[in-house]
Amino acid sequence: MATAHRTYRSVLHPLHAILLAGTIPLFLGATLSDYAYSSTYNILWSIFASWLIAGGLVFAGLTLLCAIIGLFRADRRRGLFLVYFFLLLALVIVGFFNALIHARDAWGMMPTGFVLSIIVTLLACATTWVGFSSLSAGGKE
Amino acid sequence: MKISIILFVTTAALVLSACGNSVPDSEQQYGPDPTLPEPQRGLLPGMTIPEPAEWGDQLPTVPDNYTITAIATNLKVPRQTLVLPNGDILVAEGSGGNAPLSKPKGVIAGYLKSQGTTSVKSGDRLTLLRDSDGDGSYEEQTVFAKNLNAPYGLALIDNNLYVANQDALVRFDYEEGRTQASGPPEEVTKLPSEINHHWTKALTASADGRFLYVGIGSNSNITERGMAAEVSRAEVWQINAETGAHKPYATGLRNPTALTIQPETDQLWVVVNERDELGPNLVPDYLTAVREGGFYGWPYSYWGQNVDPRVRPQNPEKVKSAIVPDYSLSSHVAPLGLDFSIPEMGDKFAEGVFIGEHGSWNRANPVGYKVVFIPFSEGRPSGQPIDFVTGFLSAEEKTRGRPVGVTVDPSGALIVADDVSNTVWRVTPKENQ
Repeated sequence: MATAHRTYRSVLHPLHAILLAGTIPLFLGATLSDYAYSSTYNILWSIFASWLIAGGLVFAGLTLLCAIIGLFRADRRRGLFLVYFFLLLALVIVGFFNALIHARDAWGMMPTGFVLSIIVTLLACATTWVGFSSLSAGGKE
Repeated sequence: MKISIILFVTTAALVLSACGNSVPDSEQQYGPDPTLPEPQRGLLPGMTIPEPAEWGDQLPTVPDNYTITAIATNLKVPRQTLVLPNGDILVAEGSGGNAPLSKPKGVIAGYLKSQGTTSVKSGDRLTLLRDSDGDGSYEEQTVFAKNLNAPYGLALIDNNLYVANQDALVRFDYEEGRTQASGPPEEVTKLPSEINHHWTKALTASADGRFLYVGIGSNSNITERGMAAEVSRAEVWQINAETGAHKPYATGLRNPTALTIQPETDQLWVVVNERDELGPNLVPDYLTAVREGGFYGWPYSYWGQNVDPRVRPQNPEKVKSAIVPDYSLSSHVAPLGLDFSIPEMGDKFAEGVFIGEHGSWNRANPVGYKVVFIPFSEGRPSGQPIDFVTGFLSAEEKTRGRPVGVTVDPSGALIVADDVSNTVWRVTPKENQ
């Protein structure tokens, strides 16, 4: 076993991990709220979606900050970590566009907002998956 | 969170300024049959909120042979005015609205909009201006009533002075010559005031003095606070002056900001602020005679049968019944003042209405920011608007003032309230001086 080579550095910092994993429930919540709005026309769901996206963006933004710091470390400038970084960047950008679409009044956000919310949720899942795979496996070369 | 807001605002400002150069100037949309482009909405709505600036030693521009003077300054957000039978002028001062934050957008919009308004706090009072010697300078200024709640509309029926607060219609006893109310007002009826997205309550009295008409704006731009918030909103109420009983007189008027009665015909007229975020040239604000029982489209449709896709569920029945307004004032000019002229205002301005245009925020190139005159003939609007007071927007696109209420003084003058420079202006033909 390579236990001896496994260092604390090579796993995601707990804060980084919490922020990253938090994007899924927030963006998923937004998607479900969008679904509820489109099936009930109850405006409150669209308001929930807007705040959940804003929350998701705060989490994703801070995660991006952690990842940028990570880029300065030589062992992370290659392979899966780069894939993770660009997925995360895409998540923030598409998430921000989605926030702007959700700023449209009432049904003006539909159907684009719902479609974008689904894409953002899938991106959040993919980013989290890759993020955890790239680092938490520690000493694996 | 703070950083993300700053980022948001910076990005918004960048994109906005980029839009500013690409949107062409509006086609003129005046008259009974305006051009209506296809609705459009980019990632951000086009917005330009001119920054306030001082008048210094300059004045608003008026036509040749007219003069303009500031008859009261340093007021606390003057909105509407009323000329009393003895020539005294009452000014309603205040700011209302208590809409809670609804979406993240509100954080940014609230910040941006605060940059374009006065920092003076709501006066919540009525100020009386008096020119005892008739020389055109109003040397006496007294507080007629205070502790009101964002007063806006004013009307006098005999010895009853009615004031439309943002939450109630109230009545003061009035006798000619009074400079101060004799006591606190009596409530005639409550007015819808929950949320109060559009808080201004416009007011006018019917010609026979039996009824009062109150304009109640919608609780949203386009139903984004839900339909439950729109009960008894976007309506003009007819209120029995004696009993306070009310009924909706006309509906579907998004934000009826000024009401007045046409002399001779006794017909009620209104100016209405229409919806935003459908592009720089939609939807035209308008002037229209109010038909009793009429439905004017909001929220389901605009300018007659043009369906607004942002409203769900839709209502084709209501859309079918929507009345096309009489006269487009063009989009986003924000009319807030309306009064019929009299021959004493000079030949060119003898027959028609004056309209105070507060000025746009919801388009890249600002429009409005002036007082216009719409000529009438045979009791109907009959031609292009004529600029009457301009110069509120400086060459550097800063706002030195924004016109609100306009009132024709029977002695031959136009009184204009300005809620950015907190001034009341008086425009007179030189021969009336």
